[in-house]
Amino acid sequence: MSKLLNKVPYEVESPDVEALTILSPEGEVVNPDLMPNLSDEQLKELMYRMVFTRTWDERAVNLGRQGRLGFYAPVSGQEASMIGSEYALNKDDFICPGYRDMPQIVWHGLPLYQAFLYSRGHQHGGQIPEDVHVLMPQIIIGAQILHATGVAMAFKKKGEKRVAITYTGDGGSSEGDFYEGLNFAGAYKLPVIYTVQNNRYAITTPYEKQTAAQSIAHKALAAGIKGVQVDGMDVLAVYKAVSEAAERGRNGEGATLIELLTYRFRPHSLADDTTKYRTKDEEGEWSLKDPIIRFGKYLAKKGLWSEEDTERVKEEAKAAVNENIKKAEATEKMTVAGLIDTMFEQTPQHLEEQKSDFQ
Amino acid sequence: MAQMNMLEALRDAMRTELKNDPNVFIFGEDVGHTGGVFRVTEGLQKEFGEDRVFDTPLAESAIAGMAVGMGVQGFRPIAEIQFVGFIYEALDQMFVQAARMRYRSGGRYNAPIVFRTPFGGGVKAAELHTDSLEGLALQTPGIKVIVPSNPYDAKGLMISAIRDNDPVFFMEHLNLYRAFRAEVPEGEYTVPIGKANVVREGTDVTIIAYGMMVHTAVKAADELEKNGIKAEVIDLRTLLPLDIDTIVASIQKTNRAIVVQEAQKTSGAAAEIIAQINEKAILHLEAPVLRVAGPDTVYPFAQIEDAWLPTPARIVAAAKNVLEF
Repeated sequence: MSKLLNKVPYEVESPDVEALTILSPEGEVVNPDLMPNLSDEQLKELMYRMVFTRTWDERAVNLGRQGRLGFYAPVSGQEASMIGSEYALNKDDFICPGYRDMPQIVWHGLPLYQAFLYSRGHQHGGQIPEDVHVLMPQIIIGAQILHATGVAMAFKKKGEKRVAITYTGDGGSSEGDFYEGLNFAGAYKLPVIYTVQNNRYAITTPYEKQTAAQSIAHKALAAGIKGVQVDGMDVLAVYKAVSEAAERGRNGEGATLIELLTYRFRPHSLADDTTKYRTKDEEGEWSLKDPIIRFGKYLAKKGLWSEEDTERVKEEAKAAVNENIKKAEATEKMTVAGLIDTMFEQTPQHLEEQKSDFQ
Repeated sequence: MAQMNMLEALRDAMRTELKNDPNVFIFGEDVGHTGGVFRVTEGLQKEFGEDRVFDTPLAESAIAGMAVGMGVQGFRPIAEIQFVGFIYEALDQMFVQAARMRYRSGGRYNAPIVFRTPFGGGVKAAELHTDSLEGLALQTPGIKVIVPSNPYDAKGLMISAIRDNDPVFFMEHLNLYRAFRAEVPEGEYTVPIGKANVVREGTDVTIIAYGMMVHTAVKAADELEKNGIKAEVIDLRTLLPLDIDTIVASIQKTNRAIVVQEAQKTSGAAAEIIAQINEKAILHLEAPVLRVAGPDTVYPFAQIEDAWLPTPARIVAAAKNVLEF
């Protein structure tokens, strides 16, 4: 097995799986050979997006508690996985997100106020603009894995040099759809990237109870696709892994499963209590890997980022959130009649009749 | 005009649309090289290539889910689920993901997919190969349900289904695939989705049926006629949208109706049809509308299949009951 897997330095090894890391928690480059070719401006852009997303997340949690947002899945801690992976894509690559993956589709082009509308249960939240290549977040765990597989099949059939990417969590890797998707991608050699953001908990169930596999990345082996495990708190490592997977897909070399080792600092949703299933020690240990602090230290050493920059971005993000939540709140409410009209392209007679009960 | 059985008519419909539209693809288990276990797609891979007509790994959810992803990209997949009992494996992708794609995206995306599946009893097939699962689909907002009863309709409805921008659950009765031949026009024509067909006119009682049961109903009508009872037989062709207007028009004439379905009696298509009749035509009824259906058991093993399925005799008895009410 290891013979198959030892072609590049960061591939999954057996029995001890090592994560692809470029930055240490202190922001030192520990694997300079793997450093992606990014300009200073791009490095700053990655930091900008992570800080912005952290601030947006903090505000969103508060807005949720105020009843101004509906369903919301916090993302703090997973910024490197989310931002780094999206940043590695082209604009015409297609994202099939899971329920927590709103940042990726917003940075891919979905207007922020639509993300808020989605959270507030408004259909316009899912009316993705024509030039934005994403689906709305998927609620059924793992269903999006098959949609990405189908989108990738379409790219292959059309001969387009595009890739589809999808996200799920460690719990999602236990689903039947996960295996079916990977197997199809292997059988058809599809340009698709399956990412698993292994944040250690499927709501409250720990990773240790999720699988006896050596790693989630190992699950690629059964499907005959490439499997990679990455330090998901290291934005450069995530960017590197997804860039390479995208290149492989575009070059006709098939699919990649990327396990991103990450951690959600907050609860699964706004409803669960992390003290019931996590320890302070564990949380403390993971907070040392905070992707924003780590990358910030690296950038600071290069003279590309300062505390003032962080504060400036936070203020920008707060202003953007305020503006967009107001826009979402000001958007005209859905109507039942309008809802009925989205069941079919042409509303059939029985639904027209039902509509009249609500007008 | 060519004589075709239903299987050939369905194949002809798919061939027509594969020719017409490069966005049409056929895939599923064994549909390519062999043309499916019933040979419905036989020869299509040879004619259109493996790119357009291809076998998949054995995984129903992935077949349906891949169709959703391809549909989002503008393709018009025809996804075959090999036998009806296997749709349970694909229910999320068919009835959740495809059926609510337009709703979830506020109309931005659609899922122009035809999910084909053979179903229907009386052929002594293995367990879970023959059940009538249309009721599941009817409880699912956002998906159309088509059940043809003859070769002409099968071709015209299949072409309509492929061209439809909404997902369609297209149920092909096993017993009708090779049951008989009928005249089927060459080339393209459509039978509209949502339009029933009065296959036999009558004045005394309306028998509403679909799929194989249309033929059982016609046999019953023959029997009734021997007793001087003129039954009108309606072939629904489409269960959703349902052509309630044709049903109501018939009941206005006959004042009595029975609904025949192979599926188990409770909460199925027949129950819905009767509910709609109550809403729209109750003042025209001289008797309660009765159901002739399978009993509420699991679909039986082959030994008692024929006894379990609705028969002409049971339909005749029901017709006499409503006439004598």
